Amino acid sequence: MKKDLLSIDDLSSDEIHLILDTSEAMREIGQRPIKKVPTLRGKTVVNLFYEPSTRTRTSFEIAEKRLSADTLNIAVASSSVLKGETLVDTALNIEAMQPDMIVLRHASSGAGHILSRICKSRIINAGDGMHEHPTQALLDAFTIREHKQRIEGLKVTIVGDLLHSRVLRSNVRLLTKLGAEVWVSGPPTLVPAGIERFGVRVSANIGEAVDGADVIMMLRIQQERMSGAFIPSLREYFNTFGMTKARVAKAKPDVIIMHPGPMNRGVEIASDVADGPYSVILEQVANGVAVRMAVLYLLAGGVEVD
Amino acid sequence: MAKWLLRGARVVDPANGRDGVFDLLIDDDRLARVGRDLPIEGAKVVDVPSGLVIVPGLIDMHVHLREPGQEHKETVATGTAAAVAGGFTAVACMPNTNPVNDNAGVTGYILAKAAEASLARVYPIGAVSRGQKGEQLADIAELKQAGCVALTDDGHPVSTAMLMRRALEYAGMFDLPIIEHCEEQTLKGDGVAHEGFHASALGLRGIPGECESIMASRDIALAELTRGLLHIAHMSARQTLDAVRYGKSRGARVTCEVTPHHFVLTDEMLGAPIAYDTNVKMNPPLRETADRDAMLAGLKDGSIDVIATDHAPHHADEKQVEFDRAPFGITGLETAVSLCFDRLVHAGVISLPRLVELLSVNPARILRIPGGSLAEGAPADITILAPDLSVTVDAKAMVSRSKNTPFDGWTLRGGVAATIVGGRVVYTNPAASLDI
Repeated sequence: MKKDLLSIDDLSSDEIHLILDTSEAMREIGQRPIKKVPTLRGKTVVNLFYEPSTRTRTSFEIAEKRLSADTLNIAVASSSVLKGETLVDTALNIEAMQPDMIVLRHASSGAGHILSRICKSRIINAGDGMHEHPTQALLDAFTIREHKQRIEGLKVTIVGDLLHSRVLRSNVRLLTKLGAEVWVSGPPTLVPAGIERFGVRVSANIGEAVDGADVIMMLRIQQERMSGAFIPSLREYFNTFGMTKARVAKAKPDVIIMHPGPMNRGVEIASDVADGPYSVILEQVANGVAVRMAVLYLLAGGVEVD
Repeated sequence: MAKWLLRGARVVDPANGRDGVFDLLIDDDRLARVGRDLPIEGAKVVDVPSGLVIVPGLIDMHVHLREPGQEHKETVATGTAAAVAGGFTAVACMPNTNPVNDNAGVTGYILAKAAEASLARVYPIGAVSRGQKGEQLADIAELKQAGCVALTDDGHPVSTAMLMRRALEYAGMFDLPIIEHCEEQTLKGDGVAHEGFHASALGLRGIPGECESIMASRDIALAELTRGLLHIAHMSARQTLDAVRYGKSRGARVTCEVTPHHFVLTDEMLGAPIAYDTNVKMNPPLRETADRDAMLAGLKDGSIDVIATDHAPHHADEKQVEFDRAPFGITGLETAVSLCFDRLVHAGVISLPRLVELLSVNPARILRIPGGSLAEGAPADITILAPDLSVTVDAKAMVSRSKNTPFDGWTLRGGVAATIVGGRVVYTNPAASLDI
């Protein structure tokens, strides 16, 4: 493995499979009465979050604690930025205290690359702007593999705000690398330029996109990023792209429905779909802990799991 | 040395139809005689090694000297030192200083600093609008009288079609060209890189080429309407070049420039070799291969008039931030000649005489300033080029106060041997074997 995990591009398909296999073992730890192993004892992990996050930060923190790392949460959004400190200076200050790993969430694409160039600590990208969220794609792959026993050859349809989504960019990289047939669907105003060069099929016709799908992955309509006139209204968006039972019916009978959260019920997904039998949304959350344990463990250099 | 003779080198002087071995007799600040086998007559003789080429002093018509107001990035002194190290005997500097160069006071200040530094000649460019705010015309007659050679709101386009129309009409009375930074700002939005696969893959907001060509089309139509002089700055998109060709074909008085980085680099640089390198963030952005190739074609077929650097120095601290928060711009004065030789002349895109037109003859003509010619009686502004010198770009060793270049470490064929302004040798390159 490379020193840092900034992008799915940093991983070979063998490494992705290694992470997914290791995640199986890690999940077992979470099912024990005492959910803790000494694997990362004496290692310091800093969770440096420049953007508010509940799910991802909690997931990383639980993963770190289950591996006995000393963890520290820094929410920078409200402190140093307002005092005018640059990302580089904040990173150098944290680095001076010699942590082993830094888990970074930041609103700017490429923020992790800056840290990677100046820090000896290993950097894990927990979401950088519109660029990537690699551990989300890994936990999605883990969840898909668990249900379908494979990823190669599956039709995976990703629907929603493709333009602003780092989850999309990580998933497209990972799923195409592992041989899935990836379709993306959304209004043309929310499709990134040149995305077909990733080897995905683009369709604004939701019916065509979900037809025969093994996996449907919904992306959140990011209302906070909607400064431009991307869509006329949330109501119209739901009517055109919202995942309803009728639309799900076009997919394979054993389709699974995924969502990285947080969901806007009634905007990108109907509640009866989100809570329906094919929904694996909460499994994704559960798997997130195991996958992040695997990533932390493997990046720390593969110390023996107890 | 009051009188000296440059002897034995190839002289490329397209303005006077010369390309061959000539002697140049310099008397004080003027070129006294140009001819074959000139008599020495008490002049000091400088034998120029064969392989070097004497050309009229290069002129960069688009630089940011940052003074007054941003002296931590560059000053007139450091910027003109960088200019002469890059072979430029004259530069035209942009008015987006602090305060803005929209009045004779600021113009005079810049000229005083230039006289103090006494390196390259400096031709200030005044603002089109007061404070570059796009509301009201600056005092254009006053700027002209103070020494401004053109007008621009560079950094931004002239805000409205009406203001542009008025500017072209009014400035036409003084033969001052309007230099336009073409950008349709609502289409740019908060874009930071060329809209395309590479920006998408990296999660960077895009700026399409049409953002530039829409504004260029507006301005070219207005140039046609008003008969004003329009110069399109730092062209990057193939659509803009098409707009310029169309305007020229209809007789509009429009000229255009391209920067070395837009005919050398593409948006592939966003991701590699250094992902999110803020030294490939500039405005207009590096565009895709089709655009870069269109710029090369435009240089070759004559549609492009000028190569200018858009030298935009920024302090290292300002660039060492997140990509979307970094300022736009790179330095250019000290790399331009090497990039032009390596990628244009040696690559067979254009001839050396054509390069001299792009870097000297045409900027002088467009700005209506002296230079661009080695005619007898002209100011002795001369650049001696070393076409085969191997140059390895070293950002740390640059003379400019700022080091924000994406070309650090590049090895290029072609460079500058010496720069002479008004008969004074203001720069000699120790790597070129020229004893001057």
